[in-house]
Amino acid sequence: MAYSFPEEVLEYVFAFLSSHKDRNAVSLVCKSWYEIERWCRRRIFIGNCYAVSPQIVIRRFPEVRAVKIKGKPHFADFNLVPEGWGAYVYPWISAMVRSYPWLEEIKLKRMVVTDESLELLSKSFKNFKVLVLSSCEGFTTDGLASIAANCRNLRELDLRECEVEDLSGHWLSHFPDNFTSLVSLNMSCLGSEVSFSALERLVSRCPNLRTLRLNRAVPVEKLPNLLRRAPQLVEFGTGAYSAENQTDIFSNLVEAFSGCKHLKSLSGFWDVDPAYLPAMYYACTGITSLNLSNATVQSPDLVELIIQCPNLKCLWRERELIEDMTTQVLDYIEDAGLKALPSYCKDLQELRVFPSDPYGAEPNVSLTEQGLVTVSAGCPKLQSVLYFCRQMSNAALITIARNRPNLIRFRLCIIDPQAPDYLTLEPLDTGFGAIVEHCKELLRLSMSGLLTDRVFEYIGTHAKKLEMLSIAFAGDSDLGLHNVLSGCESLRKLEIMDCPFGDKALLANAAKLETMRSLWMSSCSVSYGACKLLGQKMPKLNVEVMDERGHPDSRPETCPVEKLYIYRTVAGPRVDKPNFVWTMDEDAVLRLS
Amino acid sequence: MRSTMIDFEKTELRLGLPGAGGGENEGETSRNSSGKRGFSETVDLKLNLNSNSSDGNQVEDMKQKNIIPASSDSAKPPTKAQVVGWPPVRSFRKNILAVQKDTTTTDVNKSGGSHMAFVKVSVDGAPYLRKVDLKIYKSYQQLYDALSKMFSSFTIGNCGSQGLKDFMNESKLIDLLNGSDCVPTYEDKDGDWMLVGDVPWEMFVDSCKRIRIMKGSEAIGLAPRTVQRCKNRC
Repeated sequence: MAYSFPEEVLEYVFAFLSSHKDRNAVSLVCKSWYEIERWCRRRIFIGNCYAVSPQIVIRRFPEVRAVKIKGKPHFADFNLVPEGWGAYVYPWISAMVRSYPWLEEIKLKRMVVTDESLELLSKSFKNFKVLVLSSCEGFTTDGLASIAANCRNLRELDLRECEVEDLSGHWLSHFPDNFTSLVSLNMSCLGSEVSFSALERLVSRCPNLRTLRLNRAVPVEKLPNLLRRAPQLVEFGTGAYSAENQTDIFSNLVEAFSGCKHLKSLSGFWDVDPAYLPAMYYACTGITSLNLSNATVQSPDLVELIIQCPNLKCLWRERELIEDMTTQVLDYIEDAGLKALPSYCKDLQELRVFPSDPYGAEPNVSLTEQGLVTVSAGCPKLQSVLYFCRQMSNAALITIARNRPNLIRFRLCIIDPQAPDYLTLEPLDTGFGAIVEHCKELLRLSMSGLLTDRVFEYIGTHAKKLEMLSIAFAGDSDLGLHNVLSGCESLRKLEIMDCPFGDKALLANAAKLETMRSLWMSSCSVSYGACKLLGQKMPKLNVEVMDERGHPDSRPETCPVEKLYIYRTVAGPRVDKPNFVWTMDEDAVLRLS
Repeated sequence: MRSTMIDFEKTELRLGLPGAGGGENEGETSRNSSGKRGFSETVDLKLNLNSNSSDGNQVEDMKQKNIIPASSDSAKPPTKAQVVGWPPVRSFRKNILAVQKDTTTTDVNKSGGSHMAFVKVSVDGAPYLRKVDLKIYKSYQQLYDALSKMFSSFTIGNCGSQGLKDFMNESKLIDLLNGSDCVPTYEDKDGDWMLVGDVPWEMFVDSCKRIRIMKGSEAIGLAPRTVQRCKNRC
């Protein structure tokens, strides 16, 4: 006879498990654990909104309080997914309104959110607290007004890089006068000016406000008033950081910033006037995260900032303050600036360097592979890199790999496609090979430059923990894709553009696709015939063909499809497809033949 | 050590006629699966360009006929960076440099603070719409170049990069409007449909809500001022 704990005890123990993986593992132990777990799961993460239906989720987990859902494929960020593709949140919200009246949190990424959805959610969930929309679109500021007006217990409203139709800034004034629960507000992606007096009053009456990210339309002269009303802020994003020459603005800013003794994160800084930068030094004592990716400050001023910033020296000494050392900058920082970084940011964990002029034919800044090499040498905790540059060498990559075997995310974009090692003119296979060989815990890799099938051999052999791989203009043959699919045991997301991969590797590794979240292939050589076959043989996959040239039947079966998106699902083919997406399944094959 | 051959004996799936024997050569359907696909080929697929030599001739011809505007954005071959999806940069980041240059002269608040101006673009006959961010372009010519590339897969009558470029030349406008060539039109803030190109670029960006590329004969009623200018000149 098996011993078993009473349900209440198991439930209590399960409550300590926060990771989704752990929860999923627990539910597989036995039927009674499955039952207990599903009744007490409060937080759900759905990595692909089409992998499952709202009805299935609700049936299994009846007591959910927080959902996180992701929609479009990652390459949608780079305009590869046309308008109208899908990822609508409305069906989810309307289903949850009926079944989760006590829902508190909704976090969405790359989904289409309408004003109707926002209004419905604001009026239906009485205890709604957290709304985070990342890279979403489809709504206007009217939708935000509904949220402000109706969500009486709202704590977080976080709009990250969303495409919002900005009708006016009036939405902010819809927060009622007795609304005081706000903890976090991020409106940085909005365009319109909000009423500054409404904003000031809102900030004044919310004592728990810790995050405030303003939009560009808030001028720098308004900052002192806001900061004075919220000295408890931990995360702050400025608006435009320049003004007509007014000396009292500077002194007001200094005074206001020095009153903020708890700041850990700074961002914003559009239109930076370098003369105003020193005002923020006084707030920098505890800064762990700095996002200057909007700041078109040239290198000398940026280096000055780093060198003169008193906080950065403190960070080195007072290590207990450092949780998440992130720095995001434009490539204006140049190699010289990156060289300064290790001396003052010894505990740097994540570095992102974005291009200031991605389409320029010639480099506009002196940023090369050397900057990254220096940082990799001097920052022992560096684990996550996103780096745009115009030249790279195998030697540099090998050095980086040897310096930093603790890297878990490495995304390198050499702006010129298929650029070889600029020193030897060879492919960069050995360089990236060194990365996967030395960095044994690598979870995410994005590659660029001239790459042959060889690099995929290295990846298949070494990248055993790799979960996400992004490839463009790489490889010579199906062997490349085959090595990735057959060798990368932990692979969940694979996205490929403009590579000569065709049918063979895909069909030979069809079963692998059921172990992954999704595969994206655009401008490759996968034929329509192969897609149909895959869809026919693999009922647990949705094989979606996207083609702007019209139905693939109007072309020969051997003709390659434009875009292919394959994902595992328990919900069957989706019903909201636009007229340029076709699901390859048995029914479709029969109908079309 | 991994075998360098994909072991087809063990695979479950491969393309071929039902009942046919195995083997890699039968049912070979993938294009170029053994040869490296050059980048120029990629560019061709996306941008509908001819090979370099004939492209050069086209450019020369156009120069001789004085069709290309002086700014000669179209005279340069498209850089590799202009492939859709590359470099992998989010739209709002593309603006940073461009808008920085603008804000030295304009008041930040007046520009609406917005560094994005996404409008939907439809082309008569195309199966789906696209979205463009008008703020990343600095002139009508740049917009036309981008639209040509985006919709290059379609040949709607004579619509294509040549058609849109011709649009810049007023003497051809009459022919265009009378013919079946394509004409870009837009809906402004007042809900009226206008011909693209009449107002200064900045004014256009501020007032444009959506763009529709329609057949020339449909657009006749929209271009009274431009048609009048052409008539006065002739």
